[in-house]
Amino acid sequence: MADKLRAQQQLEALQSRYIGTGNSDTTKFEWTSNIARDSLSSYIGHPPMLQYMSIGLGQSREKTRIQLLERMIQPVGKPPETQN
Amino acid sequence: MTSFSTMSLYALTIHPPSATQEAIPGDFLGNGRQQILTASGSRLAILEISRRQKGPTEVFSQDVFGIIRRIAKFRLAGGTKDMIVVSTDSGRLVSFEYLPEEHKLKTIHFETFGKSGIRRVVPGEYLATDPKGRAIMVASTEKNKLVYILTRSGQTDIAISSPLQVDTVHTLVYCLIGLDVGYDNPIFATLQLDYTRAESDPTGEEVKELEKELVYWELDLGLNHVVRKWSEPVDRTSNTLFRVPGGPGAPGGVLCCGEDNISYRRMFNTPSNVHRLAIPRRDGPTENPHRKRIIVAGTLYALKGGDFFYLLQTDDGDVFKVRFDAPGGEVKSITIKYFDTIPVATSICILKAGFVYCACESGDRILYELESLGDETEDPVFESSMFPADPLEDFIAPYFKPRPLTNLTPVETIPSLNPIMDMEVANLSMEDAPQIYTVSGTGSRSTFRTTRNALEVLDLIESPLPQPATNVWTTKLTAEDEFDTLIVLCLHSRTLVLKIGEDVEEAANTGFLPDTNTLGVQQFGEDCVIQIHPRGIRHIREIQFPDEDATAVHQSLTDWQAPSHRTIVACASNNRQVAIALSSGNILYFECDSDGSLAMSEQDIKIDSTINCIAIPDVPEGSVRSYFMAVGCSDQTVRIYNTSPDMDGNILMNISVQALSAQPSSITINYMRDKSPRGYSQFLHIGLRTGVYIRSHLDEHTGDIGDTRRRFLGPEPIEFARVNAAGESAILAMTSRPWLSYTDPRTNSLATTPLNYMKFKSAWNFEGEQFKGVICVSANELRIFTFNDLANNTTYESIPLRYTPRKMVGYHDQQLYYVIQSENNTLSVDTKRKLIDDDDKKKAREKASLKDEEMNGDEDDKLPNGITDVDELPPLDFGYPRQAGHWASCIQVVDPVTEKAVIHTIELGGNKSALSAALVCFESRENDYFLAVGLAENLSFTPYRYEKPSIQLYKVSRDGRSLEFFHETEMSEPPLALLGFKGKLIAGVGRDLGLYDCGMRSLLRKAQAPQCVTTRITDLKTQGSRIVVSDQSQSVTFVVHKDLVHPNRLIPFADDSVPRYTTCTDMVDYDTVVGGDKFGNLWLVRCPQKASEASDESNDGQHLLQEKSYLGGAPNRVDLIAHYFTNDIPVSIQKTALLAGGERIIFWAGLQGTLGALVPFQSRRDFKMFQQLELVLRADDKPISGRDHLAFRSYYTPVKSFIDGDLVERFLVMSRDSRESIVGQLTGNWTSESVDEAIWNMRGLYAF
Repeated sequence: MADKLRAQQQLEALQSRYIGTGNSDTTKFEWTSNIARDSLSSYIGHPPMLQYMSIGLGQSREKTRIQLLERMIQPVGKPPETQN
Repeated sequence: MTSFSTMSLYALTIHPPSATQEAIPGDFLGNGRQQILTASGSRLAILEISRRQKGPTEVFSQDVFGIIRRIAKFRLAGGTKDMIVVSTDSGRLVSFEYLPEEHKLKTIHFETFGKSGIRRVVPGEYLATDPKGRAIMVASTEKNKLVYILTRSGQTDIAISSPLQVDTVHTLVYCLIGLDVGYDNPIFATLQLDYTRAESDPTGEEVKELEKELVYWELDLGLNHVVRKWSEPVDRTSNTLFRVPGGPGAPGGVLCCGEDNISYRRMFNTPSNVHRLAIPRRDGPTENPHRKRIIVAGTLYALKGGDFFYLLQTDDGDVFKVRFDAPGGEVKSITIKYFDTIPVATSICILKAGFVYCACESGDRILYELESLGDETEDPVFESSMFPADPLEDFIAPYFKPRPLTNLTPVETIPSLNPIMDMEVANLSMEDAPQIYTVSGTGSRSTFRTTRNALEVLDLIESPLPQPATNVWTTKLTAEDEFDTLIVLCLHSRTLVLKIGEDVEEAANTGFLPDTNTLGVQQFGEDCVIQIHPRGIRHIREIQFPDEDATAVHQSLTDWQAPSHRTIVACASNNRQVAIALSSGNILYFECDSDGSLAMSEQDIKIDSTINCIAIPDVPEGSVRSYFMAVGCSDQTVRIYNTSPDMDGNILMNISVQALSAQPSSITINYMRDKSPRGYSQFLHIGLRTGVYIRSHLDEHTGDIGDTRRRFLGPEPIEFARVNAAGESAILAMTSRPWLSYTDPRTNSLATTPLNYMKFKSAWNFEGEQFKGVICVSANELRIFTFNDLANNTTYESIPLRYTPRKMVGYHDQQLYYVIQSENNTLSVDTKRKLIDDDDKKKAREKASLKDEEMNGDEDDKLPNGITDVDELPPLDFGYPRQAGHWASCIQVVDPVTEKAVIHTIELGGNKSALSAALVCFESRENDYFLAVGLAENLSFTPYRYEKPSIQLYKVSRDGRSLEFFHETEMSEPPLALLGFKGKLIAGVGRDLGLYDCGMRSLLRKAQAPQCVTTRITDLKTQGSRIVVSDQSQSVTFVVHKDLVHPNRLIPFADDSVPRYTTCTDMVDYDTVVGGDKFGNLWLVRCPQKASEASDESNDGQHLLQEKSYLGGAPNRVDLIAHYFTNDIPVSIQKTALLAGGERIIFWAGLQGTLGALVPFQSRRDFKMFQQLELVLRADDKPISGRDHLAFRSYYTPVKSFIDGDLVERFLVMSRDSRESIVGQLTGNWTSESVDEAIWNMRGLYAF
């Protein structure tokens, strides 16, 4: 029983530490938002990727960076209505 | 039982990436001057800029084998040197001290804080240090922030605390800086946005209400924790912060920049304390007056006496100077004034020496000199009192007129290929080795570049000769002379002596025998000069020029006659020794007598074969003679004889022999810098008639030959000249083109590089009063040139292009390239002209109405129609007028060989953008050449929208130099890939692959593979009937074309099981494809043998059509052969030879300016050694970024069948001890020298 409790605590600790660690209650919205945010932050973090996108868009890297950061706020649209 | 893969590749970087991620000035050497630390790709480099050198020189550079994200510097109180902090993808905070004497970075801190990789919540995206060097803060894009405290422990050590964590969930960070607070508790400021409220609001209203905050974090040094000291909402568009000098008497706080907004803010401020400036907009008929700018780069510069200013750059490239009016530290107002326009930069560094270094986002990096601080110019000044603090309130937008540079003068550019958009290796100009053609740059700074492996030389003198000369020498008159006085030229059976003075003139009465060929000239003994000619040796004593003119006097002449019926065929000499080879095969040896005359040795050498060449090294310092003589004979040997008595007192004994593959044409011996403990060694250089160059180590005591390097230089016999290149002794090897064999300044190993110079047959070292260099004769010309820098072994030629190049297509027969270019968010030429015309008309109307009043209509005053200088700024410096949703696009014909210019331009107009191009020779149109260009109108990427996608055909004229529009065919989707195939055009249109023939009015479809790939076809490559189709996200698909059925069939038969966002591919052989993807991987995939054979079996492909598709894809899957992470996005890849006579390798170009080569291993023994060496180096020479090397090269997919040449080459720069210890761990009888040689061969024989 204690083991189970500890496992539960560890999971919770993990979940708070690494955002995106799922649980049984993760909704589709949370899950897709996390994926999209992870991707966007990866585009920003990899310098060649940011440059590649900036060239395609014909704008400066800083502008692309800001646009991608802005997209991280709500990457997959507004959240769904809660059921209860 | 070990299993080996069938193929293994050695990945070499030929040219490191040149895109700057960040650049910061600082004193990293600790010499009281400023250097620039730059990070590009995975390399850290320190550039030194000095007024004397007139340009930056790289003092240090190292690959850290990790993705560098930010760099910062810190200096502890009392320190004299800036330390370096780097945030990479290693999940560790590492800091270094640069040790200038040892040329290395010493790791100070190595603190693990999180997972490796670039992740959303692992800090590393932002890095800031406290200006007083007391703390470091790292932050991630979301949530996590860490603060480290630095303290001094003892005299030299810098201790680091365990990290203090600050978590703010659901918070995005936009910018992080360290504030200047003097010696109060360190404070960091972040620009962040908390999106918690929007996460739970289904109406979508909250997201519009979100506020961006400026948060100040105080590190309480006493309590050892971090508190959120103060925060305030700022403009929603804010993107960056700049620190304002603080402390006593200084304002402190930040400049918070956003769209159309530069505000001064500080802690605990009231709205009335906030001072805001709007960013001035460009004034002009083509500029949208409502477009708002953002600040993309900038720097603070503190002047002596506490004054300071900022240079802030907008996304147009305009630089503004922001000044504070802050008497006693209280900010009254801030002002902004246009400074100059420079290319958009990632970092701008102002140096105390008065230089401004601009690390441009694209194209060459530029060094400017600061002429003035911009106070004198008449540009309008805007004050913060003119603008409301809230950017949403109304205000009158400020405007300025851009003008050419006045405050800055460009001094030097550092060539940069970044960003490379497309590349091809080809030998258009029919030289020995192929050239690398690239299209690079963005916008108006786009260029077409030709890159060659060659050393840049500086031409000093060029003067005509009365008749062609075959040989040239320079000589001093006495042993004490510092400079050369005479130039001796061997003309056709005539010898000409010139004197070097104020100018070069013919010297008279020098005693030289004029009516003969000269074989050698040597300053001999104290004050004599000897001339060796076919019939003997002339010995001239004390040549002097008593008057200023060119008439000489000499004391006496002595002639030594060669034995009768024999002539001298070869000679060698130094200051005290002479050896001559006679036609009979005898070698006579002379030494210098006590009175300077020639004393013939009683012993001589008799050789049975003809003697081709002799060499004697210079007399070593402190000796009376050199010890060895080398003789090259026609029996394909080089023999070494001793010239100093051996144990039995004999001289001219044969002590070693080297057998060669061909007759030697020239030999020479010199001392060159190397890795030996003494720093230099004696080397024997042998040039063969076949053009092979051999350099061997010649032991000074025993005369043994060892450590041999061979390289093919050119298809003609080699001649040598000992020269001095950039202060180093080197060998000039002359064959079909001149080469320099020298010591690489970085690795201290042998380097051979051709010169970027014309061919010549004879050269000699030249040391004059004004300059030192190399004198050479080529036909009727006498030339003197010199070497500046041996560090850079590539030369560039660049041709400016109009817009961002997208693809290039070569027409090799006509030595031309067609480049398609397109520019997003930019006004096309037509729109621009219309706007300017409208403006002109408006002005003319105003003027006319004015004139009507004055009634003196002077026609000459009328503004000319069309583009005028007044209205259009040169795009090269100012960029193009921008407007969202507009495209400018063109096709240009570039001649890189003869005219070295763009020779024909077609503007596309109509908001079209060119996407793809191919040169096609249609069978149905009598094999005329056509350029096919894929286009789309009103293209936008997110979301992907387009109108009227089409393929345009242009008829290429006979000479290829002009294009004529032929017809246009509408397509269903934008064609992103085109290729000429079997006398037809094959096009990737969206997901479909179509085969087209040329009709009268449009293209006619002959075959189609509908939904050939999953996403979008981006590239096509072909061999025979096979087509390799790249998909934007799903790797490659193999397609076979069946042309013996009607209608023709295109049948996909194999694809990949791994999604690869393919950017470029090439077919290595019929079954194997090498490619690169958007994440920076290189990979090789191979079609299974059976599937490959089956695809070509039948003529109609019926059985292929019947085959069942496997898991929704093609029936077969390709196998992965090799995989490697490069940290740069490959944009072009090609299987090609890079050297004259070299083996074919895979050559690739990366977006950030990387040029790389993949060399296949040919021997199992070498491969095993390299594999072990890589393994040992991974453990013994751990990457300084803290990243695990294996993990780095396996960033997305485990590295497979690749040896990292960049890591292996670290071996060359290691100390002798560590090299020996590494070699000791290798199995298979390897020595440090043989490992060196193996590494050298992998580069020298395949690449450069």
